[in-house]
Parts: sequence; C-alpha cells; structure tokens
Amino acid sequence: MYTFSSRLKTFSFVLMILGVLGIGYSFFTAPKTVEDVEKILAADSHHGGHGSHEGHAHEITTGEANATEVHGQDATEHAIHDKIEHKENLEKHVTGSHEVDSVGQPAHDTAHAEPVVAAHGATDHHADEALTGAGHNDAHHEHLEHVLHQLQNKPWAAVYVAAIFFMLISLGALAFYAIQNAAQAGWSPVLFRVMEGISAYLIPGAIIFFVLLLLGVFHVHHLFIWMDPEVVAEDHLIQGKSGYLNATFFIIRAVIFLGGWILYRQYARKNSLLQDDANDNLYYKKNFKAAATFLVFFIVSESIMSWDWIMSVDPHWYSTLFGWYVFASFFVSGITAIAMVTLYLKAKGYLEFVNTSHIHDLAKFMFGISVFWTYLWFSQFMLMWYADIPEEVTYFVTRIEHYNLPFFGMVVMNFVLPVIILINTDFKRLSWIVVLAGIIILCGHYIDFYNMIMPATVGDQWFIGAGEIGAILFFFGLFIFVVFTSLTKAPLLAKHNPYIEESKHFHY
Amino acid sequence: MSSHYEAPIRKPLIIGDKNYHDVTVDVARPVEGRANKQWWIAFTIALAAFLWGVGCVAYTVGTGIGTWGSNKTVGWAWDITNFVWWVGIGHAGTLISAVLLLFRQKWRMAINRSAEAMTIFSVIQAAMFPVFHMGRPWLAYWVMPVPNQFGSLWVNFNSPLLWDVFAISTYLSVSLVFWWTGLLPDFAMLRDRAITPFTKRVYSILSFGWSGRAKDWQRFEEVSLVLAGLATPLVLSVHTIVSFDFATSVIPGWHTTILPPYFVAGAIFSGFAMVNTLLIIMRKVSNLENYITIQHIELMNIVIMITGSIVGTAYITELFVAWYSGVEYEQYAFLNRATGPYWWSYWLMMTCNVISPQVMWFKKIRTSIMASFIISIVVNIGMWFERFVIIVTSLHRDYLPSSWTMFQPTFVDAGFYIGTIGFFFVLFLLYSRSFPVIAQAEVKSIMKTSSEKYKKLHAAHDNHSHSEHNH
Repeated sequence: MYTFSSRLKTFSFVLMILGVLGIGYSFFTAPKTVEDVEKILAADSHHGGHGSHEGHAHEITTGEANATEVHGQDATEHAIHDKIEHKENLEKHVTGSHEVDSVGQPAHDTAHAEPVVAAHGATDHHADEALTGAGHNDAHHEHLEHVLHQLQNKPWAAVYVAAIFFMLISLGALAFYAIQNAAQAGWSPVLFRVMEGISAYLIPGAIIFFVLLLLGVFHVHHLFIWMDPEVVAEDHLIQGKSGYLNATFFIIRAVIFLGGWILYRQYARKNSLLQDDANDNLYYKKNFKAAATFLVFFIVSESIMSWDWIMSVDPHWYSTLFGWYVFASFFVSGITAIAMVTLYLKAKGYLEFVNTSHIHDLAKFMFGISVFWTYLWFSQFMLMWYADIPEEVTYFVTRIEHYNLPFFGMVVMNFVLPVIILINTDFKRLSWIVVLAGIIILCGHYIDFYNMIMPATVGDQWFIGAGEIGAILFFFGLFIFVVFTSLTKAPLLAKHNPYIEESKHFHY
Repeated sequence: MSSHYEAPIRKPLIIGDKNYHDVTVDVARPVEGRANKQWWIAFTIALAAFLWGVGCVAYTVGTGIGTWGSNKTVGWAWDITNFVWWVGIGHAGTLISAVLLLFRQKWRMAINRSAEAMTIFSVIQAAMFPVFHMGRPWLAYWVMPVPNQFGSLWVNFNSPLLWDVFAISTYLSVSLVFWWTGLLPDFAMLRDRAITPFTKRVYSILSFGWSGRAKDWQRFEEVSLVLAGLATPLVLSVHTIVSFDFATSVIPGWHTTILPPYFVAGAIFSGFAMVNTLLIIMRKVSNLENYITIQHIELMNIVIMITGSIVGTAYITELFVAWYSGVEYEQYAFLNRATGPYWWSYWLMMTCNVISPQVMWFKKIRTSIMASFIISIVVNIGMWFERFVIIVTSLHRDYLPSSWTMFQPTFVDAGFYIGTIGFFFVLFLLYSRSFPVIAQAEVKSIMKTSSEKYKKLHAAHDNHSHSEHNH
C-alpha cells in the first residue's frame, strides 16, 4: 500500500494556498470601472505597454483584425483610413462597427451572411459619424469599456484554462486506461492503479469545472459571449446557432458528459478492485465491456465537449477538426501525467514490477501522440491558412498577431523538443529524460489551451501573471492531493488481472 | 522483443498441431504446386478486364479526355474517385505491417504479407489515375522538379497535386522496400526447397543471398522497426495529402479541416475491408485456415468497426458544423448531398459506412465468415461512394447556380475503373502463386507463445508449477 508522504501533502497544500492567493490577487486587482481602465492604459503607455493599445482606440476584434489595422489614435484618421480600406476591400469583412458587445465581438460582424453592399453602407455611416467629435468620444469610451471587459475576464479565464486543463489531463488518463483495457494490453496492467489514481481527479475537477460553467450561465463571468442576451439580440450569426448554443441545452450536455465520464471511472475502479480478490475473470470481463462502451461514448462526448467548452468562446468560428485536435492535446498530457506519477512512485520504491520497459512504452506514447497532436495542429492551421477564407482565418490572424510567441512557441514545446528528446531508445528509459520531456509537454499543452481560450476572452490584454500562475498552482496542488490520496486507497498492483503476469514480466 | 510468457487467456493464433516444418510446407505448397482450373478462370477474367481497361485508356489518350463524363463544372469525377479509393485501399497493408508491428500485435504476422502485396498493387492502380486524367499525359514528367532548357522552369510547390506526386511515389517506394525486406527470409526458404534449377535460380536472385545469420536477423529486425516507424507517419501523411487536394480548396463541402484524419480513418476502414475480402478467399483456396483463423477475421472486423465508427463520427461532425457554421453554401452542400439529385449515393454511402460496421458489435456476426465477407464488400462499395459523394456532389452545385450541372459517367470512365480492378487481380493472382503469402519466418517466431500446440503444453506445465508456487 502506498502512503501519502507528508512532505508531498504539505507541498500540495502550499501550492493550493499560493494558488488561491494568486487567484484572489488577480480578482482584486482587476479593474472595476472605466476610470480604472483609463489609469491602467495611461500607466501602460508610459511603460511602453506590450499590446497595441495605441491602435486600440479603434476597435480590433477577432472578427476584423486583419481588415482594420489601425495606425493612429486620431479618430478622423481612422475613419478616413477605414473608409478607404473598405472601398478597396469591398468583399471583405464588415469592420469598424462600434457596437461592441461585452467582450468585444462586433455586434454585427456578419459579413459572410449579409449582403456586402448593406454592410458597406453601415460602415460608411459609421465612418461619417466618427468624423465628428461626438463620434470620437463615443469611440474612446466604448474602447475603454471593451478593455474593461477583457480585463475583467482575465482572472476568470485564467481559472477556466487551468480548471479545464487539469480536468482533461485526468480524462486523458482515463481514456488511455479504457483503451488499455479494451485492447487487452499485456504490458500496462501494472500501471492500472496509477491510471485509476490519476482519473480520481476527474470527480473534483469536473465539479469545479461544472460550477465554472454554471457561473457563466448565471452571468457571473462573461467568458461565453453567446450567453449574453444583449449580444445575441444584435448578432444574427449567434442567433442562428441558438438552437445549440443556449444555456439550458449547454448545461444538460455538460451534465451528461461529466456524469458519463465519472460513471465509467467509478464503475471501472470498482470492478478493478473487486477483480483483486476474484477467482474468475468476471470483473475483468465487465471492465472490458465497460471500456468499449465508454470509448464509444467518449468519442462522441469529447467532440461535443470541445465545441461547447472551448470552440464556443469564439462563437463565430468553427472547425470540424477541432474536437480531435483537443483530444490529442489532453490525451498526450494524460499519458505524460501517467509517466510522471509512475516515475515518482517507482523512485519511492512503490512499484515493484515497473521496469524501464514500461517507462519506455509510456515514453513512446508521449512521443507518438506528440507527433499526432502536431499533425492535427498543422492540418487545422495549414488548411485555413491556405484557403484564407476570411470568416475562419481570423482565428489564426488574431493568434499570430497578438499571441505570436505562445502560438508558435507551443509548436516547439509540443513537437520539436519532444521529438528531439524522445527519439532515442536509450533516452526513453532514463527517468530524468522522461521527466524533462514530460514537463515540456505539460507546459506546452497548457499553453495550447491558453491559446484556445484567451484570444477570445481577453484579446490582446493577455499576460501570464499572478492570476494565471495562481490558477495553475491551485489546480496542480489539488491534483496532487486528490491523485495521491486516491493512490493510498488500494494496493498499487492490480492482482488477478488476467494479463498481470504478462505485465510483470514485460521486457521490451 | 516481448516476453515469452503469454497470458493463458489469449487464444492461439496458429491452430492445429503445427510444428516449424509444417509451417514451411503449408506456406510453400501454393508456390510449389500447379495452378488449378479455378485459378486460370479467375486469371483469364481479370486479364480480360485489364485489357479492356488498357483499351479504354488508349482510347482516352488518343481521342481526348472528353470521352469521359466529366464536364466544365465537374472536372473531377470517377478519375479522382477511383484514385482516392485505390490509395485508401492501399493503406491497410502498411497499417497492418507497420502500425500493428509498433503495437506488437502478433496476429498481424499471418496477414501482413498479403496486406502489403495488396498495398503495392492498389497503389499501382491508384498511380495510373493522376497520369491518365491529365489532358496531356505525355507531359506528365513536367511535374518533376528537374532542371531543363526552359530557363529552368520549375514546378510550383504550393499545389497539393504536386504533393500527391511526392506522397504517392515515396509511399510506393517505401512500401516496396519494406515488403521486399520482409520477403528475403521467405524467398530464401523457397530457394532452399526448390527442385528445378529454374526456380532455384529465380528464388536465389529474389532472396539476395539471405543466409539467416544472427547478425543478419538482428539488423533485419532493426530495419523492420525503423521502416515501421517511418511508414506509420508516411501512411498518415499520404492520405492526408490526398485529402488536401480537396480540403485546401474553397469549395463548400471540400474545405473542411476534418478531412485529413477522416480520410485516413476511411482509408484504414476500406483497406481492412479489402484485406478481409481477399484473405477470406485466400485462406480457403490456399488451405491456410490454420494460420488465418477466425480470430484474425474477428480482429480485422473489430478494426473495421472502430474505424467505421470514427468515420461515422466525422460524418456527424461535418453535418453539425455545416449547420453550426451559419454559412449557407456549406449548409446547402450538405442539404444537397442528402436531398439533391445524388441523394441515393449519399444514403448508400451512409448505409454502407455507418450502419454496416455497427453490426460487428455482435460477436455472432463478426465471427461469421459469410457475414464478414459480405460486409467487407459492402464497406468498399460504401467507401467508393464516399469519395464519389465528396467529389461530385460538392462540385456539381456550388457557389453560382448558373454553373449547376449534373455528372454522367461514360463507358470509358467505367472501363478504366474496371481495367484497374482487372489489373489488380492479375497482379494479386500472380502473386499468390509465386510469393510466400504468409511471412513464415515471422509466424515461426510466435510458434512457441501463440500456437495451439505449445499453448497446450504451457497449460499442462503451468498447472503443475502453479500448485507448487501457491504454497
């Protein structure tokens, strides 16, 4: 039996406390009013800032960043500039709308659905208005309001990214566990208890995440702009999706998915423990069937989950590949977590039968799925970049413009480095190499999720500060606490699994 | 590689009371014996179809591409449909030999040789379409980036059609090398058994002087592993690049990011179905039922079921996102598929690809040879229609209603397709008479862990030792 070392337990509490402090600080320092924002922007421009605040006097949003590169603060200049650009890019997007919703989607960014001429007319009207002084003030005020919403979103988004990331790591480990069961793998049963331990985090993780979704539905935070009736009233694209994107159905889906995953986890764990004392393979067979059923449920729920909880923060954007891309991201993270927890327990002398061959196999999966993630990342990115269709390419335009380093940096972290580090057979058997690669992969995939959520919620106001790091620390601490507590509940070797002997003698 | 211990719960992969020599004899028999009448009948039919196809191609090249049913709107139809279909079929071979090797699936050993042969023969069929669907196939060499007298005029590397050239040619070369390396010990076996000087000579040349020393085997295994590691991303990238032909475009119904992995899943799906079709016949006519067992067929059916479900998920994803996108062109493209003039092909595809693999959830069906055979053919019909639906229904009605049209294939379209099927079977029938269709060297390597005979021995031994261990 494993005993939770008191040092690790203390460490997890320290992480949680530090995390809460960081999260609290970020909420406390988030601006409350437009005046606060003005101060922050003024301070920022003194220090040079990091974003394009100068250009921000005019609206830049996901939907129009490419069409409205704004170069000055002077509203007149903008308006003229806009007007010219529009005449040149008549077929392009509706831009320059000052009807800004809570987080900055242009309220009628519907270029691809509305007749171009009408849209153009609207822009002209706006441009004329902006020429007047009143228009200038309005514009400035609305800009400030927009930044205010982004900055208010920031602590929420930080918590949201960390919450979904750690929950999905646990789900990734659970999916891996189900695959190992369904595939009748002979090498991995000695690791089953580790996987079960990691999947234990799914329960608290899912509950916290569900609360975050509920807070969105009750308008406590505004990460999902389609939940804002004012936005929807003016955005006919979102109106078109409201049959799917509505709070009730959204919550029902979340309950089904989270509930289904937890149900499988609890059922599989129960059978796995019962199999320890069994004389036949009844519980093994039950788990085999449960794994196959879960995997069917998983492929469907996972796809829809990714549309709901990640893709819908950009409600104008869509990609058919998205669900599988998200899957690859958390699946590799889940496998990495399994490898790292295994190495920790092995180093503490708890996993008698785990040898370097098991680590080698896990490292191969880390390597292979990292490449698979890159394949999907590239497929999604390249196809949109290549076709350059305005309504979908904006997704990458905003990321490349405002998130250049995280966006391309994660490709280095999630692809280049794991491939270089883990291609060597001997290296895959060295603990410190696997841990090194694992840390890079986990950080890289956190940034991947960061890149998915942040551009739509905080725009160019992103920064990895107290809130983000605090949220990571809090959920990391909680993850350690829950996972290692769960590991103490049962022996670390799954006895009487029909493949356990194969697994104990596994050598590659 | 893996341990010698095998869980008793695993079923034997070689049934009957076989020893090493039996394997050799069983694998060599079809090669050393004489062809029977049925073989000649099948071969004649395949050859006739092939020659008819040659005639159709000659007619196309001589007269012009206008002999086909393609038109100004639907510029791609049966040619590309058949191309993608054949490439897709070819994927299972590499999947079985490479991916299943990486996953240490011992059951691959009885089927990998034929699956790879199938890969190579179907990629050859596929490779003909890119050439003969050209208006000026005699200038096909211009797709190669070679220095020339036109001021060194180069190809544009931005086109997925050019990537296709590299993908297909690399894929064919690597598959061929992978296949041939695996054949060396088996050709050596045939060489050593040969009675006539002629066959001795032939198999001596083919086996490259393989003598089976320890060092040779060690390197052989390492090469196989490296090639498997290379072939796996290759197999994914080849069909991905094929999917880019469509997905990089701006055509509603084509431009969708899911196409790369979904084409690959579809390729595995149709490829395994084809392997099943061929092996169910082969195990019977070549008396290999002890090696290609019901369990092999069941496992292939399970792969078909899994990939079929992935393809089904992708269909539903596409439908959902078409609605979700709010783009009326995208929405219409799918409405047109389901209710337009080609509705029958869409529903045929849906039935064959989404419903038929789901029956495999029933053990009774997936362990029935007859049912597996029928479903394997149904799947390949469905996958042909999948490509047809994607290509034709997206083209015949797109942005401008004034360009809407229909597509009607001609006998030349059909003749070329029939010709490739004929050619495929000509090659496969010749192969099955002259090549060792089961990798006997590999099968022998699992003899002691996974054959019925040794499993019985182990069981007897284990019961004995267990009673000692327990106390």
